[in-house]
Amino acid sequence: MSNKMLKVNIQKELKEFDLDVDFELKSKRLGILGPSGCGKSMTLKSIAGIVNPDSGFISLNDTVYFDSSNKTNLKPQKRNVGYLFQNYALFPNMSVEENIAIGLGKDCDKNHLSEIIKRFHLNGLEKRYPRQLSGGQQQRVALARIMAYGPDVILLDEPFSAMDTFLKEQLRLELVNSLEDFDGFSIMVTHNRDEAFQFCDELIVLDKGKIIAKGETYQIFENPGKVQVARLTGCKNISRIEIIDDYHVRSLDWGLELEVSKKISPNISHIGIRAHDFSSANVDDLNAFDTLGSTKIEMPFEWEITLANGLWWKYDKQIHQHEFDVPDYLKVDPKNIILLEE
Amino acid sequence: MTDWSPIFISMKTASVSIFITFFLGLIVAWGLFKMKNDTGKIVLDGIFTLPLVLPPTVVGFFLLWIFGVRGPIGSFFIDFFAYKIAFSWPATVIAAVVMSFPLMYRSARGAFEQIDSNLLDAGRTLGMSEWKIFWKVAFANALPGILSGGILAYARGLGEFGATAMLAGNIAGQTRTLPMAVYSEVAAGNMGEAFGYVIFIVFIAFIVIFIMDYVTLRKEKQWRYN
Repeated sequence: MSNKMLKVNIQKELKEFDLDVDFELKSKRLGILGPSGCGKSMTLKSIAGIVNPDSGFISLNDTVYFDSSNKTNLKPQKRNVGYLFQNYALFPNMSVEENIAIGLGKDCDKNHLSEIIKRFHLNGLEKRYPRQLSGGQQQRVALARIMAYGPDVILLDEPFSAMDTFLKEQLRLELVNSLEDFDGFSIMVTHNRDEAFQFCDELIVLDKGKIIAKGETYQIFENPGKVQVARLTGCKNISRIEIIDDYHVRSLDWGLELEVSKKISPNISHIGIRAHDFSSANVDDLNAFDTLGSTKIEMPFEWEITLANGLWWKYDKQIHQHEFDVPDYLKVDPKNIILLEE
Repeated sequence: MTDWSPIFISMKTASVSIFITFFLGLIVAWGLFKMKNDTGKIVLDGIFTLPLVLPPTVVGFFLLWIFGVRGPIGSFFIDFFAYKIAFSWPATVIAAVVMSFPLMYRSARGAFEQIDSNLLDAGRTLGMSEWKIFWKVAFANALPGILSGGILAYARGLGEFGATAMLAGNIAGQTRTLPMAVYSEVAAGNMGEAFGYVIFIVFIAFIVIFIMDYVTLRKEKQWRYN
C-alpha cells in the first residue's frame, strides 16, 4: 500500500446541481457520506468508467483512467475496478458458479473457482440461480465475483440500503471481514452514519455535488465543523446562535444561554449537541436548564425525551426497565457543545 | 386438385425473411438502445417503425420505387447482374422483411430496455467485452421478449399481402404466397380452394401463438419466479 494513490478530480453538470469533487486517497478505506441525490453514486460511477465526467482527471497509481485535457478515457473493462451494486447486479440467467466464473474471465480454472466458492461459504449453492438465494448469499456471490476479478479498487454503492435491520447488521460484519483481506482501496458510498463510521478510515461528506468536509472519520464525527456535516453524522440538536462573548452563546431555537469550551470565532453561526450528551443536574450547575413540559418515549434500549424547547435527549436503559422519571434539571458539558458554521 | 405451391412459397419466404429480420432487428435494436444522441435516436426509431404504421401498399410503393427497374437498387441489379428484382421470388422476401422488421426491432429494443442497466455495467466492470455483454447478458436476459418479437415477425411475414402485391406481384408458382392465393381464389369464385388455404393459415397462426406463450412463460419461470 505504500506508494499507492487514487486521485479523483471531476466535474459534471447534473440536472439539479454541478458535481465538483476533488480528493486524493492514500488510506485503505474511504467513505463518501451524503444525503440521497448529492452526487455520491455519480462519483463512484465516474471512477468505474460507467459514466463520463464533463472534465477532470482520475488516476490510480500510475494508470490514468480519465483525463479530459488529452481526451484519455479508459474503458471500464480496462480499469480493474470492482463495483458492488446496490442490488448486486448478479446475472439472473447464470448460476452462482457461472457468475463467479465471469469475474475470473479468461484464466478461469476449476480449482481457483472452487477455492473462491469455499472462501465465500458458497459450497452447495454452485448450481443455484441468484433468485434462489437469500439477500446475504447474493451479497456473498457479488463479492466473490468481484474478488475473483482481482480489482485494484472496490466501489461499494449503498450496499445495505434496501435491507431490513437484522440482515443489515449481519451483512455489515460479513462485508467488513471480506474487505479485511483485500489489499486495495475501497470506497463506500452511504447516507448512513453508522455504516460510514464502521467501515471507513477516512470520510468525505458530500452535499449538492460539493465536498463540505474531508478527513479522518473520527475527526469528522468529533468535530463536524459545519451544520450539514453535523446533521449527516447524526447530531440531533442543532440551533442558531447569538454570540454573547468569547465563551458564551445564546441559542435562538432553545432559548438557553450556554458556556462552551472553545473560543468562539465570528463565523460560528450554530451549535450542535448530540442527544446522548445531556445529564441530570442541579439548578445552579453550569449549563443547566429545566425540563418542564417534557415528553418521553420508551425504546427497547433507551428513553427518548423531547423537551418543551425542542431539545432531544437519549438516555440508555435496560430492556426490563419501564419506569423513568425525567430529572427536573439537565446540563450539558461545555466541551460537548459543537461549534458549527453554516 | 389443390395447388400446393402457395404453401411452399409462403413457407420459404417466411423462413428466409425471418432469418434476416431476426438478426437485423436485433442488431438495429441494440445499436439504437446504446445510442447516446437522443435526436438521432428518435429520428431513426421513426424510420424503422414506419412500415408498421403506413398502409402496406404505401410501403410497397416505396419499395417499388427503390427496387423497381428504374429504382436505384433495382437498376443497379439489372445493370451489373442482369437480374430483375421486382416481380421475382426475392421480392416477396424483401417485402416480408421490411414489413415484419418493426415488430422484431421494437420487441427487441423494448426487451433490452427492460434489462436492469446495472447488469450491463456490472459486465463492463468485470472486464467482459461488449460482444460478450451483448450475447451473455443482454441477449440472454432479454430472450423472452426477443423470441416473442421474432415469432410475431414470422407471423407478420407469413401474412404479408399489400407490399408483396406491389413489389412481387401475384405470379402463380413464383410469387403467389398464401394470402395472395386466398385473394386470387376468392376473386375467381373458388371459395372451397380459398377455404383450404385459410384453414392452413389459421392453423399456423395458432401454433405460432402457442409457441410464443410457451417460450415466454417458461423462460420467465426459470429466472424470475420460484
